[in-house]
Amino acid sequence: MSRDFRRGSDTMSAGSMNRAPFVLLYLNVLVIATCGLVYELLAGTLASYLLGDSVTQFSLVIGLYLSAMGAGAWVSRFVLDRVVARCFIEVELGVALLGGFSAPLLFLAFARVDLFGAVLYGLVFAIGLLVGLELPLLMRILKEHLDFEDLVSRVLTFDYIGALFASLLFPMLLVPRLGLVRTSLLCGFLNAAVGLWGTSLLRPLLNKRGLNGLRGRACLIMGLLFAAFLKADRLTELAEEGVLGQAIIHAETTPYQRLVLTTNTNGFQLYLNGHLQFNSTDEYRYHEALVHPALSPLKSRQHVLVLGGGDGLAVREILRYSSVKTVTLVDLDPGMTTLADRFPPLAELSRSALKDPRVTVINEDAFVWIGRDSGQRFDAVVIDFPDPGTFAIGKLYTTRFYRMLRERLQPDALVSVQCTSPLVAPRSFWCIVGTMEAAGYQVRPYHAAVPSFGEWGYVLASLGPLPEQLTLLPDVASQLRFLTEDVLNGLFDLPPDLKRVDAEINQLNNQALVQYYDQEWGAWK
Amino acid sequence: MPLSRRELIAVMLGTPALLSGCGAAPQLPPAGELFGQDFEIGHRIRDGFRPQPTADAWENVDVVIVGGGAAGLAAAWKLARAGCDDFVVLELEAVGGGTSRSGDCPLTPYPWGAHYLPVPLPENQPLIQLLQELGTVESLTADGAPMVREQDLCREPEERLFFDGEWIEGLYPSTGATPDDLAELAVFRQEIDRWVGWRDAQGRRAFTIPTRRASDDAAITELDQYSMAEWLRQQGWKSDRLHWLVDYSCRDDYGQSAERTSAWAGLHYFAARMKAPGAEHQPLITWPEGNGRLIRHLSERVGARLKLGRAVTQIRPTTQAGEDVVEVVTVAKESQEARGWRAKSVIFAAPQFLAPRLIDGFTARTGRKVDEFEYGSWFVANLFLKNRPSERHYPLCWDNVIHNSRSLGYVVATHQSGSDYGPTVWTWYYPFSEANVRGVREQLLRATWADLAEVVLTDLEQAHPEIRHLVTRLDIFRWGHAMIYPKPGFLTGRQRREARLPDGRIHFANTDLSGIALFEEAFDHGCRAAEEVLASLTRKGA
Repeated sequence: MSRDFRRGSDTMSAGSMNRAPFVLLYLNVLVIATCGLVYELLAGTLASYLLGDSVTQFSLVIGLYLSAMGAGAWVSRFVLDRVVARCFIEVELGVALLGGFSAPLLFLAFARVDLFGAVLYGLVFAIGLLVGLELPLLMRILKEHLDFEDLVSRVLTFDYIGALFASLLFPMLLVPRLGLVRTSLLCGFLNAAVGLWGTSLLRPLLNKRGLNGLRGRACLIMGLLFAAFLKADRLTELAEEGVLGQAIIHAETTPYQRLVLTTNTNGFQLYLNGHLQFNSTDEYRYHEALVHPALSPLKSRQHVLVLGGGDGLAVREILRYSSVKTVTLVDLDPGMTTLADRFPPLAELSRSALKDPRVTVINEDAFVWIGRDSGQRFDAVVIDFPDPGTFAIGKLYTTRFYRMLRERLQPDALVSVQCTSPLVAPRSFWCIVGTMEAAGYQVRPYHAAVPSFGEWGYVLASLGPLPEQLTLLPDVASQLRFLTEDVLNGLFDLPPDLKRVDAEINQLNNQALVQYYDQEWGAWK
Repeated sequence: MPLSRRELIAVMLGTPALLSGCGAAPQLPPAGELFGQDFEIGHRIRDGFRPQPTADAWENVDVVIVGGGAAGLAAAWKLARAGCDDFVVLELEAVGGGTSRSGDCPLTPYPWGAHYLPVPLPENQPLIQLLQELGTVESLTADGAPMVREQDLCREPEERLFFDGEWIEGLYPSTGATPDDLAELAVFRQEIDRWVGWRDAQGRRAFTIPTRRASDDAAITELDQYSMAEWLRQQGWKSDRLHWLVDYSCRDDYGQSAERTSAWAGLHYFAARMKAPGAEHQPLITWPEGNGRLIRHLSERVGARLKLGRAVTQIRPTTQAGEDVVEVVTVAKESQEARGWRAKSVIFAAPQFLAPRLIDGFTARTGRKVDEFEYGSWFVANLFLKNRPSERHYPLCWDNVIHNSRSLGYVVATHQSGSDYGPTVWTWYYPFSEANVRGVREQLLRATWADLAEVVLTDLEQAHPEIRHLVTRLDIFRWGHAMIYPKPGFLTGRQRREARLPDGRIHFANTDLSGIALFEEAFDHGCRAAEEVLASLTRKGA
């Protein structure tokens, strides 16, 4: 080992190469090998991440990559001796560009390209081909200076050490610390650096003509990769815009969810974890239909509870009633309930409802909050949770939750609940209705058309009898754009395509609703 | 020779301690403690420590219950329900409950051992009564099946498996299963269904909870003659996935691999919890503190009659004024003060291996031996997390199992309270399968908190690479003689069958009498022994 090391640190004879310690050359091999394997791991990870089925994806990616490397090695024999050094540098720059941008490119492609598989496997093959060229070319350059045995064994040694580095660094350091996009950009940068350094190391082997152009390109690629590294978050957003199809004007990740605001000619839209929450052009339809059936018919509506609804738009509707004295809003995410502070158009749209002195905001999981007895009882409750797409949200639609809610209700309180689309997800919708009945509520399901969502469903519920005919207070009605008394009562006429279907009761120990929701919306998409 | 930490990890987790020498020194949580049962007094008693009470330190009582674990507390509960209030329960440890005990912190209570019950079938009336007292069983259906309140049933998502680098739903390693694997799983389930539907000539089931009601037909007892792994081989099943699932189940319930667990016990795990062939497993009842909730309720019923920190040193059948009595000599662990109780009856609710050591003349009178009673040791760790690890794939469940780990994974104490974000407490379980620790048991018992904490974190790191940054405290409980071990032949063996017969006025109650360690078995033996005592007291009264 030590003897090898000493020999390895001998300097090369002057002549066809510039003087440089061998050690540094082997470092090149190490970097090349490490980056080469990282690209392969990146492609495999991304493929299984985006397409699922990790066994298939990893097998395909590894197989394709290795065969492409074989093809690269075979192609290397057609490179003429006099251009071998230049070709090596060109290959490095090509790897830097393709490999370095592979992860952001694939994320963007997944969002915007139909034939994602073709892009993925094409890119894997191209990178593999170039990586396959690297070592054969380098060995041809070095063979003038070393015995064949020495050459092969040393290059292979460092090649394999590089593979070990990559396989350890990738899961333990690179992905956890940098993420996939920055890992890919960093490796590209290293490849470009090897290329740039090659222009001076292999200078005697290079034609002077075009040398500066080569260096210029290397610097340009390094600059591009560096800029992309700094802007990696923006790249992620671009990928999301591809998925959402609209320009992103504000995005943040809270400990609970990803909030993204987009804009188009009609207004702006809020997405939570990629699911549309409202569109500013037609949200009034959704929120008027959610709030007024529960508030307008009440004799007393002093104390109102809102569960979810952190955007403040339901509260805006509630505050139209001058008789409302307090509004308590329970929403998990402080990032959501303070979004209007950082995004003024939302403050305008919600009329800064959450800043109203009558409103108290509590940031807590509503399930945990409602299980704690505060003794306070409410005249009306508006439930505006996200759709039940996960177990953590599904628990907020269970008999247990609705039973705990009973302890917070005045005897004749009214409750309205947003219940996803009865047209797209009839079993989900009727599961919620049935669950509320099982928890001891009288219920009247209703619906409204919200263009951005489609046909939407709600339930009006109470522990006592529900009003047959709903009224709207004149001073509130005059402020509304969607509801009149006739329209309001018409919402309770369900057309035949929204008729009741059988569904299980949603309980904590079966979470039937999450499964229905998954099946029904999964089939729709 | 003490083991190095790296060797300890290699022994306990069965994996070479890869990379533990590379990079930064592994980070241990800022706080934690190593707890264990008190063996010191036990060893002194074994070595002849027998302090005698003074004449005025004796009390007369109808019944003395030796041991305040689930069986002893159940016996006390049964006596109290029958109106017999003249008893004491003597417990060595500072807290009752045995392996069903629990801990508490401002965030949530958490288990230190047993942590769930399947919803009892209608036949198990005493347990249903207990659950009714707790409010857990709200009502009974027409056929006597208990209706359990929603918040006490295990919330979905219930269980997940870390397999092939990702969390998947359920415990069967389904990713990449071949049609042959799935076919064997289906046939296995059919075979379990067959046992669920099986009835003997007297209409008894093959496997029941409690086991006392199960059939003793030769077709059933034969299953105790070989191991669960052998039974799988006899069926011709080769699927690694199925073998893993069955092996995990044996380790989970009995602390021993399928190779060392009786096929009877192995099948009991699967078949005793189903109402009828093709039915789902009975839903699980659980609380944040696990079965500690049951212990708390039972302890409240027993009240001041539960004497904690008091070691029983001697149990002497004798006569006083022409009456047969049993003298129970105790010593307070703290003050070393000796006290005695003279009882009309004793319920010995401690592990059976202690009977010859504590009961005078036991072997001579009964001719019984206890050397077949073998017990497994466990490590249980409670990890206090300031936040949850980031998750992809299937979300955090109540029960979280890591495939091909020798640990049993962890349960989440905050799961039942509906909390899905922020701080939590995880309870991690590790059974000492004899095969794993052969030859190094002594070293393992000498391992320090830091050694064991490193084992816990190394295990969890496989699935949660950032776990070390999240744990603020890690407590470990080392259980010796924690669970009776249902090795082949033990269940049908003479020692176990005879162990529950009374020795004069001394009655026996402990889960080890069933050969498997379950709260339900302990509870059943406690109730049975209390009934025996009540019958004998009534006879004497008459």
